[in-house]
Amino acid sequence: MSLVGARVVRKEDPSLVTGRGCFVDDMHPDETAFMTFVGSPTAHGTITAIDISEALAMPGVLGVWTAHDFLGYPDLPQGAENFERPLLARDKVRWLGEPVAIVVAEDRFIAADAVATIVVEFDSLSVVTDVLEAAAPDAPLLFEHHGSNVITAVPTNDDLERELEKADHRVHLDLRNQRCAASPIEAMAVVADWALSGLTMWATVQAPHHLRNQLATWLDISQTECRIVAPDVGGGFGSKIVWYPELFAAPLISKWLGRPVKAAQTRSEAMLQMAHGRDQVHSLDVGFRKDGTITALRMVVSQNLGAYPDPTGLGLPVLTTWMAAGCYRIPKVSVSYRTVVTNTNPVAAYRGAGRPEAAYSVERLVDLVARRTGVDPVEVRQRNFIPPSAFPYEVPHQEAVVYDSGDFGKALELCVDLLDYESMKERRDRQRADPTAPLLGIGFSSWLEIGGFGPNGSLEGFGHLGSWESAQVRIQPDGSALVFVGASPHGQGHETTYSQIASDVLGIPMDNIRVVHGDTEAVLQGVGTMGSRGVTTAGVAVHNVSNLVVERAKKIAAHLLEANPLDIEVGDNAFNVRGTPGRSVAWTDVAWASYQPLALPEELTAGALEERLYQEAPNFTYPSGCYACVVEVDRQTGEINIVKYVVVDDCGTVINPLLAEGQVHGGVAQGIAQALFEGVSFDESGSNVTSSFLSYLVPSATELPDFVAGRASTVCPNNALGAKGIGESGSVGAPPAVVNAVVDALAGFGVDHLDMPLTPESIWQVLRKDSK
Amino acid sequence: MSRHEVQVTVNGRNRTAEVDARLLLVFLLREELRLTGTHVGCDTSNCGACTILLDGEAVKSCTVLAVQADECDITTIEGVQGPFGGLSAVQEGFRQEHGLQCGYCTPGMIMAATDLLRREPDPTPQQIRQNLKGNLCRCTGYEMIVRSVRWAAENSTQ
Repeated sequence: MSLVGARVVRKEDPSLVTGRGCFVDDMHPDETAFMTFVGSPTAHGTITAIDISEALAMPGVLGVWTAHDFLGYPDLPQGAENFERPLLARDKVRWLGEPVAIVVAEDRFIAADAVATIVVEFDSLSVVTDVLEAAAPDAPLLFEHHGSNVITAVPTNDDLERELEKADHRVHLDLRNQRCAASPIEAMAVVADWALSGLTMWATVQAPHHLRNQLATWLDISQTECRIVAPDVGGGFGSKIVWYPELFAAPLISKWLGRPVKAAQTRSEAMLQMAHGRDQVHSLDVGFRKDGTITALRMVVSQNLGAYPDPTGLGLPVLTTWMAAGCYRIPKVSVSYRTVVTNTNPVAAYRGAGRPEAAYSVERLVDLVARRTGVDPVEVRQRNFIPPSAFPYEVPHQEAVVYDSGDFGKALELCVDLLDYESMKERRDRQRADPTAPLLGIGFSSWLEIGGFGPNGSLEGFGHLGSWESAQVRIQPDGSALVFVGASPHGQGHETTYSQIASDVLGIPMDNIRVVHGDTEAVLQGVGTMGSRGVTTAGVAVHNVSNLVVERAKKIAAHLLEANPLDIEVGDNAFNVRGTPGRSVAWTDVAWASYQPLALPEELTAGALEERLYQEAPNFTYPSGCYACVVEVDRQTGEINIVKYVVVDDCGTVINPLLAEGQVHGGVAQGIAQALFEGVSFDESGSNVTSSFLSYLVPSATELPDFVAGRASTVCPNNALGAKGIGESGSVGAPPAVVNAVVDALAGFGVDHLDMPLTPESIWQVLRKDSK
Repeated sequence: MSRHEVQVTVNGRNRTAEVDARLLLVFLLREELRLTGTHVGCDTSNCGACTILLDGEAVKSCTVLAVQADECDITTIEGVQGPFGGLSAVQEGFRQEHGLQCGYCTPGMIMAATDLLRREPDPTPQQIRQNLKGNLCRCTGYEMIVRSVRWAAENSTQ
């Protein structure tokens, strides 16, 4: 029986359910000192003085450092030239919470006491947090030397005005994809131990080798003296592939003090210091025929970068504009974007990273087309879908984007069936006519995203060493297997998934396979876990490298059995001679022989059953699907209740349906949260008014629905597993279904669009206007 | 700052520590007693990652001072187990129904769910959601956690 596709419970779980996992803050080497930051008390200002004297005099304080102590060290890596982020704010602070000083003390409590005594004096500058305001000519400047807050601008060659004019109808929509905080429940944490033999650093990151590559250069030490370990990582969602200052300062201070140094954020610190996601404003135009056929689409994106351009942040609008047309055959598409700095946390990847923004806009537009033409939203979608026969499909506006496969119509049909659309529409109309019943609305989202990062050059564009992923298989003398992978997980279940993949190819039972990851000293090289690449790149690497090993193992088995290697087949923890029942050799005997030159066929040498591979990808993958949401809106309070949520995903081959379901649920939950609850807000002074879980509303169990799930499946033609990736799908597809449903519920109230999050208050304002 | 001696029974063992008056129970457990299975996910008592059993009831250990727990009986995730030292029904349920991904919120979830099943051995999905609403999970979307607790209710040997 194939393990790929089987519902296997996770190998990771026994430790994690018994409290025996190991997260960074759980580690406490002897003599560990605690490091914390003094955050800027203002969003924009020039530092005139930092008084650290009282802190330095406190018992238990080991040191206080400010920017001038690091003048011999580079700025944080991979910033945009001339806009680099310093380790600590130097002279000028650009967002509230930006680290301006470091305190190290005997423990976290003394460190916090010391931080409270430090006075940062500054001259205030005007503050700008909004992307459109920051792009205006008279805006306060974050980087005076640049003369503008616009960092990059990619205009379009063809503004499409003529195409839009030619259409029967056109609609314009301005919308905002609000700023979100990834909010992994484990915030940033690091323990750095600079011993005489070199540096070992445990860090809660998604890409340990990526960190190693940058940190060794920054510290000017050899990569062989710089070991990074990502132990159990408590969620990431994109926010843990960012160059935070503690990743660089902790090892340096460990060297200076000759002691291990730990930094572990409180949640409030995390909200002020970790990168945020999304924060795009879109100006959209769509042209269409009377029957709902879309003929032209224009998308203009303004990306809020926060205070410093992050390499991923700069790439977000690229991905958004690439995916502007979603799953639709739109003959003319025009895209352009600009990236803009503001007095806010830097913006980087958050689950979906640029694709949720694209899906949201095109799915909102499709519903507007339906509304204008009177054609059912399902019909408008079906009318405009790229048909299965059109793959591979190159989008008209970007040659790098070639959709590999999909059947969008089928996914929508399945979604319509699972929703019971017709009866739901009847219920909607009944409730609409009954003033005592809540308003009901139905929304769809036919989404498409880009995953499987990626083809050569794609991740290099975000500052990574490569876009491949590494895998290495070593058969131990007893026939068990070690699988080393460069992708390092933060909840995805890599150990289970890769064990399944390797077991299928090798014929070695899953329990005899151990997956090793997250340690730069153990694993060859690695890129990391992001961009829905865990299966499509690393998983494929494990699959292919296992094949290389098993082909050699067959030769050894043939030699031992005195049979033709072509007749050997992989059995259950053994090798069999095809067509000759009973003629077989156990894996353990083959493994043992593989280390004994006298037992090997001539062409093989000892250790033959170890192989490595750097797996490249010929194309991105394009996971797709259809979600549907039904909401009820309370006519008095504006409260929204999700009545039904249907998810139909197409991620190609599913390795483990249990884990795939978990990925979809989690992604959809984050998408619903963006639609209804979450949003980072700043007041006029640039203070983050959502800087804890009291005000930044991560939903709990009572706020999310059960999901009705279906599955479409079109196999990815570009990798050996046929997999497309599933980590980000939910957060890409979920928001527009919710917003479309709420706007549908408010159909009688003259509202075509509402920006997220759809709080009861924002709905109540709409309902109230109508009752006046 | 005043120091106080605290005596607690943790997972059946008597433990004594001298602590600052301001020390939260969660840090007594994590940093003094080195029981790191109890996690910290926020500083506003919203997330529930630090949930333990205090004299048999689920409590967020960041809402209790260590000195308030003096002479109390505490169970942390390290003290939860099933028959013959194996997984408890709740722990096994989380494994069987994929009620965890990164695992960071999981100890708190398991403690809260254990407390729920003690009070209500056969809770409805809605009751489970209500009773776990003080515990935030960023990975699962909760439905599989609800299924995990149902699994435990259906497979509990107690």
